[in-house]
Amino acid sequence: MTAPIETTGSAAGAQPEAVLAGAKRSQIEGRSLYQIAWLRFRRDRVAVAGGIVVILLVLLAALAKPIESVFGLDPNAFHQDLVDPSLLAPKGSWGGMSWEHPLGVDPQYGRDILARIIEGSWVSLLVATGATVLSVVLGTVLGVVAGFYGGWVDSVISRMMDTFLAFPLLLFAISISASLQDGAFGFSGLPLRIGVLIFVIGFFNWPYMGRIVRAQTLSLREREFVEAARSLGARGPFILFRELLPNLVAPILVYSTLLIPTNILFEAALSFLGVGIAPPQASWGGMLTSATGLYQADPQYMIVPGLAIFVTVLAFNLLGDGLRDALDPRSK
Amino acid sequence: MTNPGPPEALLTVEGLVKHFPITKGVLRRQVGAVQAVDGLTFDVRTGETLGVVGESGCGKSTMGRLITRLLEPTAGRIEFEGRDITHLGVSGMRPMRRDVQMIFQDPYSSLNPRHTVGTIVGAPFRLQGIAPEGGVKKEVQGLLELVGLSPEHYNRYPHEFSGGQRQRIGIARALALKPKLVVADEPVSALDVSIQAQVVNLLDDLQDELGLTYVIIAHDLSVIRHVSDRIAVMYLGKLVELTDRTSLYTAPAHPYTKALLSAVPVPDPRRRTQRKRILLNGDVPSPISPPSGCRFRTRCWKSAEVCSEQEPPLLELRTGHQVACHFPE
Repeated sequence: MTAPIETTGSAAGAQPEAVLAGAKRSQIEGRSLYQIAWLRFRRDRVAVAGGIVVILLVLLAALAKPIESVFGLDPNAFHQDLVDPSLLAPKGSWGGMSWEHPLGVDPQYGRDILARIIEGSWVSLLVATGATVLSVVLGTVLGVVAGFYGGWVDSVISRMMDTFLAFPLLLFAISISASLQDGAFGFSGLPLRIGVLIFVIGFFNWPYMGRIVRAQTLSLREREFVEAARSLGARGPFILFRELLPNLVAPILVYSTLLIPTNILFEAALSFLGVGIAPPQASWGGMLTSATGLYQADPQYMIVPGLAIFVTVLAFNLLGDGLRDALDPRSK
Repeated sequence: MTNPGPPEALLTVEGLVKHFPITKGVLRRQVGAVQAVDGLTFDVRTGETLGVVGESGCGKSTMGRLITRLLEPTAGRIEFEGRDITHLGVSGMRPMRRDVQMIFQDPYSSLNPRHTVGTIVGAPFRLQGIAPEGGVKKEVQGLLELVGLSPEHYNRYPHEFSGGQRQRIGIARALALKPKLVVADEPVSALDVSIQAQVVNLLDDLQDELGLTYVIIAHDLSVIRHVSDRIAVMYLGKLVELTDRTSLYTAPAHPYTKALLSAVPVPDPRRRTQRKRILLNGDVPSPISPPSGCRFRTRCWKSAEVCSEQEPPLLELRTGHQVACHFPE
């Protein structure tokens, strides 16, 4: 054994950054991993840009109705005078762009495209967010329980995940929306459609989340701080909520942000197939459907909703990637 | 390290057994068992330090987790201050947790990265429902000072500390409730040698100051020699020798202990050549199917017929010197 090196409390506790700053603060503030992640995130310009676009999109979606009324945009007003009935295309160049209709009008009824894009944004984001929340809640709860308790509980939940993943989701979605009567569960029209979409997308996507959370829980459970809590007399729920969950927040957050764009695409796909949001309610996927038959006469009508979906999905993905890099720099 | 008064047993362990079942198939049929700990009998006396040595996989850590009741024993009996704690549940154990605490091996995984030092060291008070005089914060800051950290570190996070500092935080947490017995599972093996010395000396000082009893598990014989009053040598889930420090290092009686001691590196190259190094053949047998009779016989140069037929009991060879061997020195 080498000679012991005696250290006094203050010498052992000297903090290099405090010395460098030359600051004599009475209280040294620790930086939590989230504060460090935030500093790291702020340096990532692409992610910050994605985040800003996401915030703007959320604001747009949340304030869609007020914006429409303030600017006098009506997504369902017909302007037949702006459409050439023989060509089924808007009069004028660039899809009928004008000061009154900055993004043009749609080729059949002459409805304002900007208004329909704004109207479609809240539908898209609401369905995607709702479905993501449902998946995350189900996935987190079942994943944590499976990973933490193990044994037969884990076996049952894991087999359940396999079953859900093997489910033909698209066929199920088509058949459920085809067979649902208006007025089912006490809802009708748009709320019913949105509810069904959230349920179908969210309820069948949770196993992806569940598997990630289960795997994380399995590795965290074996860490010594869990044993330390046990050796202090902690019960299962305390370990689950106070020791394990704080360590699961980061992966859950990252995966949720990456799940939203997937769900936006899924919603658009279902609306495109005619089993999502029903007309005349504007939705991005629905706009694409009606544009498919007319893209030669009026390509503008297809480009605008396509771009809207593209920008939204890209922004969420950039934000999610940035969050992952910031929260877990080793994952690269 | 002094031994105050007549030695009385704080912890008594009798025939302690832990088998981890090996299951197979959907029905989880048991096809075998890892005999991690197989019949340990010893006691820990108030105020002493019991060192436990052995190679990896010999069941030292399992033993530590059994006496702190993080694991459920398969058989045997554990008594703490005369009270049977062998099969106490989580609630039954909770009051005992104040008296028996544990220091963990890996300072990087034993502290929750999402909690501040204040939360980590204050957790014992919260979990045990104790409100110390002057508040938890003041008490925690006192503990931080006790282990050689600054009280200002209260709001910091584990990742802002070095390995040695983290181990001190772990020690502060273990000492928060003023335990009587501290089980340290390889407390310094994850640290640099210079830091090892600091932490070992800290443990020593705290023992004098707070009158602690230690069970220190390690594979490093020099660390064990430095800290222990008595030393238990384990091989494949069994105790092979248990005696005080001096007689173990000067007159080891079990062949395995002799081999272990001969493997300790000698810093002086001239003395190195004078010493006879005992090289053991082969590997440690699998604890799933240990050899019959004496478990060490497959690697022992003294092995005879009796060794495979009869298991040598742990007998007192001299006063306070217990050995489990048919042919002790």
